[in-house]
Formats: sequence, C-alpha cells, structure tokens
Amino acid sequence: MNLIDLSWWQLALAAGLVIALAVASHLARLGVARSLLVAAVRTTVQLALVGFVLEALFSAATVGWVALMAAVMLALAGREVMARQKRPLTGFWSAGLGTFSMFVSSFAVTILTLTVIVGPTPWYAPQYAIPLLGMMLGNTMTGVALGLDRLTDSVWRQRAVIESRLMLGESWQQAVGEARRDAIRSGMIPIVNAMAAAGVVSLPGMMTGQILSGTAPALAVKYQILVMFTITTGTGFGTLVAVVAASRRLFDQRERLRLDRLAAARGQR
Amino acid sequence: MAYQAPPVSASDRPPAALTLRGLTVGPLGPLDLEVAAGEIVCLSGPSGAGKSRLLRAIADLDPHQGRVQLGGDDQQQLAGHRWRAQVMMLPAESQWWFDGVGEHFPASSIDGLAALGLDEAAAGWEVARLSSGEKQRLALLRLLARGPRALLLDEPCANLDRRATERVEALLLAWIRECRLPTLWVSHDPAQIERVADRHLCFEADRLVAAP
Repeated sequence: MNLIDLSWWQLALAAGLVIALAVASHLARLGVARSLLVAAVRTTVQLALVGFVLEALFSAATVGWVALMAAVMLALAGREVMARQKRPLTGFWSAGLGTFSMFVSSFAVTILTLTVIVGPTPWYAPQYAIPLLGMMLGNTMTGVALGLDRLTDSVWRQRAVIESRLMLGESWQQAVGEARRDAIRSGMIPIVNAMAAAGVVSLPGMMTGQILSGTAPALAVKYQILVMFTITTGTGFGTLVAVVAASRRLFDQRERLRLDRLAAARGQR
Repeated sequence: MAYQAPPVSASDRPPAALTLRGLTVGPLGPLDLEVAAGEIVCLSGPSGAGKSRLLRAIADLDPHQGRVQLGGDDQQQLAGHRWRAQVMMLPAESQWWFDGVGEHFPASSIDGLAALGLDEAAAGWEVARLSSGEKQRLALLRLLARGPRALLLDEPCANLDRRATERVEALLLAWIRECRLPTLWVSHDPAQIERVADRHLCFEADRLVAAP
C-alpha cells in the first residue's frame, strides 16, 4: 500500500482553510458562516462515527451485523425520500412506498452484484457489501425522491386534465400516463447524465479513491463501470417501482383521482 | 337548423334509463330520480348548491352512497372506466392535453363540425389557437364521438354566444332524441331550460324538487 497516511494535524490545516472561509463570509455578511461551520462539524462527527462503525463491522463480519447496518441505511434513505417530497402521500404510504421500492431495487441489485459478479468470500463481506449498498442507496434515493416528487406535483397541477380524461371513459393508467412517464424520466435523468459525463467532465469519486489508494487505473476503471451500471439499474428499477406504485395509490378501486391521499404542500427545501 | 345524424356505433346498445336511488354525496340527498331514455332533465340552482357535485357522483368521480343504474348495469358492478365510458360527463370547463385538436378524437375525422359552425379543418388545428367557445364546442364533439349512452352536461353553453348556443342545442337535441340518451343538463338560463327540458328540477335545501 503506497497511500500516504494522514495525521490529525494535517486535517486541522484543512479545517483552518474552512474557518478562514467562514471568517471571510462573516465579514462579507453573506449569512452562511454559521451554517458552514455547523455543516463542517457535522461532516467531521458523522464520518468519524461511520469510521468507527465500519471498523467494528469489518472486524465482526457476521451476516447479522451487515444486515443490521444495511437496514439502518435503508431506513435513513427512506426518511430522506419522504423529507424531499413537496406533497407526500399521507400516512404510512409516504415513507413505506419509497423505502419499499429502494429495498426491492437496491438490495436485489447489490446482492446480485455481490454473489454473481464480484464474488467476495463470504459474499456479504462488509468491505464490499456496505460501500456498494451505500452508493446504490444514495443514487436510488435521489431517483425515487425526484420521481415521486414530480409525480405528485404534476398530478396535483393537472388534476382537471386527468379528471377530464376519466370523464371520457379512459382508464386510470391512460389518464395518468403522461404524468407517470414524465416522473420516471425525471428520476432517471441524473444517473443517465452521470454516465454520459463520467471520465470526461467528472472523475467519479469511487474511481478517484481507488486510484489514490494505489489501485491500478485499469482495475479502478473496471470497478467504476461496474458500479455505474449497477447504480443505473438500481435507480431505474427503484424509480419505476416507486412511481408506478404511487400512481396506483392516487386512484381508488373505482379509478377515481384521490388527491385527498396527498398531504398539504410544504415549502421546498 | 342543420344537424349531423349520430353514427350507428353510438346506438349499438339498446337505449336505457338512468336511475338514482338514495344517492347521497356530502350534504346532498338522499336523492331518487329516474331519467328515461331520450329524456332531458334540466337542473338549476344557486352556485354551490351541488349541481356539479351531483353529476360527478353519477359519473363516479367522487365517493358517494346510494345506487346508480343505467338500464340493467349497476354503477358499482362495472369497472370505473367502463361506467364512465357509458355515462359521460361534460365538465363546464374543457381540458386539452395534446398539442393538436385531432389527437383528442378517437377517429381521424370529426363529425358535427359544420353543425356547430366550426371549420372543417379544425382537426388539424393547434389547441393553443382555440378560443374558449371553440374549445367548448369541440369538447362536446369529442365526447359524442365516443358514443356515450347517457349524458351529464355541466353548462354546455356557458361560453357561447346566442348563435353558437342555438347550434349546440340543436345538435344535442337531435343526438339525444336519435340515440335516446337519458340526459342531465345543468343550466342557468331559464330560456334555455324552456327550450330543451322535458322536466326541470332545482336544488332546495340539499334536495331536488320540481321547479315551479
């Protein structure tokens, strides 16, 4: 391993730069100095905690602990999907639907990748399973959140159009079809763009990390391509499942549009 | 007044009466009403009385209690879209979702354009170019083109001048008589009600009563 060790005083130097930025923005009255510092502290504390958790997990690499870690990650991602909705579904559905679709797609693709493609021993080896699942959940979360937000918002806006189509005897799938396609598309666009820009506009973080830690670029590139494909698959299917299920939930068994199943709008963050 | 005869497809099922039994929607009802095949029942009442709400319940767009039947077909026995393909509601304000007018119609040609004083080339027009009166008349043709068996009309002439109103009334009357469609027609215009209604009901304290 030819990775240069980082000591705490070296990190403190980088922290000094952030503090300098905070001082400068305070003097310029940008009003972001406080949130900048809070975010910097959060980054430090959260990553340090994750470091401890991962070290503990790597030393106790049993399937139970890995599954627990995965479940916690899934729950946090589900909460984030819900928080990003302008008009979430009411009740259990809001969090449940997002979490369910992420579970189905992210877990299925991660497990498939681990058992069939990469094949570490054991297959749940946390050094592979947790980072892979983390990248998968992070991107699927974005796709699901964008797709659901777009769906509920456009159905809300196009309520009159959708009901007019129902009045003409169209099925709920036909009536909501345009909104559904738009929503799935907008959930998938970020990952399609990321694939298109990879290596040209941006060097993907995982590949950069592997190269920094001494992996041959050719191998790092292979891993990056693998991860890109699996992320795309996970995001695509996750968005698809979430949007289709949510659009079904917006209609009742009589195929009526039920906007009362959406919570009142809240300010976009 | 010129009118176009309805296509045969519109009448390939026998005419039927529209029956409401104990229909309750929100504060309205329970309502009992039978609209015979080919009969036009006009509904009037102050805004907010629940006229649109009643039509929406009959089209099964809002949750409600009570039974609605078209001939032997029970509303709740059919899938929602199959019921609404027979009992069609024309909303007061028409909606358009494709760019072209023609895309909204089941067939490439549109029947009844001339009868409503519209240009025969209207199928090739863009929706963005339509006036509100043109939209309203085209929305009626769009609905009739799908061959409904019962009509729920929510102020079908609200945006129209006198000439266009007469044309729409003539077309609707001819169509309703020919296909023997039971029809509920919401109107604010006493003269129009006089011209088209077989019966006139108005809302009073959440009930339907015969108009004086």
